[in-house]
Amino acid sequence: MIPGTKFLANPARFMAVSRWLAPVLGALAAVLLAVGLWTGMAVPDDYQQGATVRIMFVHLPAAFMSMIVYALLAIASFLGLVFRHALADAAAKSAAPLGAAFTALALITGSLWGRPMWGTWWVWDARLTSELVLLLIYLGYMALHAALDDETKAARAAAILALVGLANLPVIHFSVTWWNSLHQGESIFVKGGPKLSAVYLWPLGIMFLAYLALFGALWLVRIRGEVWRKRAGARAMARAMA
Amino acid sequence: MSHLPIPNLEVGRYAAFVWPAYALSALALLWMLADSLLRARRWRREAEAGPQAAPVASTDPTAQ
Repeated sequence: MIPGTKFLANPARFMAVSRWLAPVLGALAAVLLAVGLWTGMAVPDDYQQGATVRIMFVHLPAAFMSMIVYALLAIASFLGLVFRHALADAAAKSAAPLGAAFTALALITGSLWGRPMWGTWWVWDARLTSELVLLLIYLGYMALHAALDDETKAARAAAILALVGLANLPVIHFSVTWWNSLHQGESIFVKGGPKLSAVYLWPLGIMFLAYLALFGALWLVRIRGEVWRKRAGARAMARAMA
Repeated sequence: MSHLPIPNLEVGRYAAFVWPAYALSALALLWMLADSLLRARRWRREAEAGPQAAPVASTDPTAQ
């Protein structure tokens, strides 16, 4: 078993831990969101982008989360496929709608930022297109899960799709390096430290942590919902057979 | 001693882009919150439904 994944193999332990961890993460997200929004609204206008720079505080965290959630979905899919962890499929399935929402949000807020800066809502360049492909993979994953009646087969098929789709993540990340793009280049995770001024970096970091904490809380809530759904199904089956 | 930064809600001619970005973000986050909580509540209610529910220790894949 891969260390650190024990909680996915033991539903009872997961339910006990997530019962207090989900509200703690939810409260943390609320505090971080309040601080992030407050400090984000207090930044000076950018000398080139003016007040549109504030869109960064909702766009970048959503874009980061779209990829982080997908990576977690793929890891959970791998654990379900290879190690048959009891909660792995529930974890992967629960992450998908949240990841899709973050991806849609990244695309929409990016478009709202692009229009005044680039003069267009959309351009078929590598970064935007690969992010759109990510949204389609999320939707495909959810559709595949819903399409098959046999949950085990559905989980297996969806897990394979999730692992194949993992190839898109490096394309998204390196797209601005590999190809000419209207989208700005890498400015946070670069050699020598972020190119962004600390004035913008702090609110951005706080908003990113807020989105991360919110995702953590909602992911746990959704996995708990999946556990209860399976229990409800098992009860219904037992009643039908009695 | 540093003091609390004061938010400036003046975004000038970019209001038509900045505020919709924040409004849509708020809507999406609220949808995620409501959908997650309602879904979990529904399944919890069904899982705990009624005293007539049969014991499921041997068939419940998640019970340990």
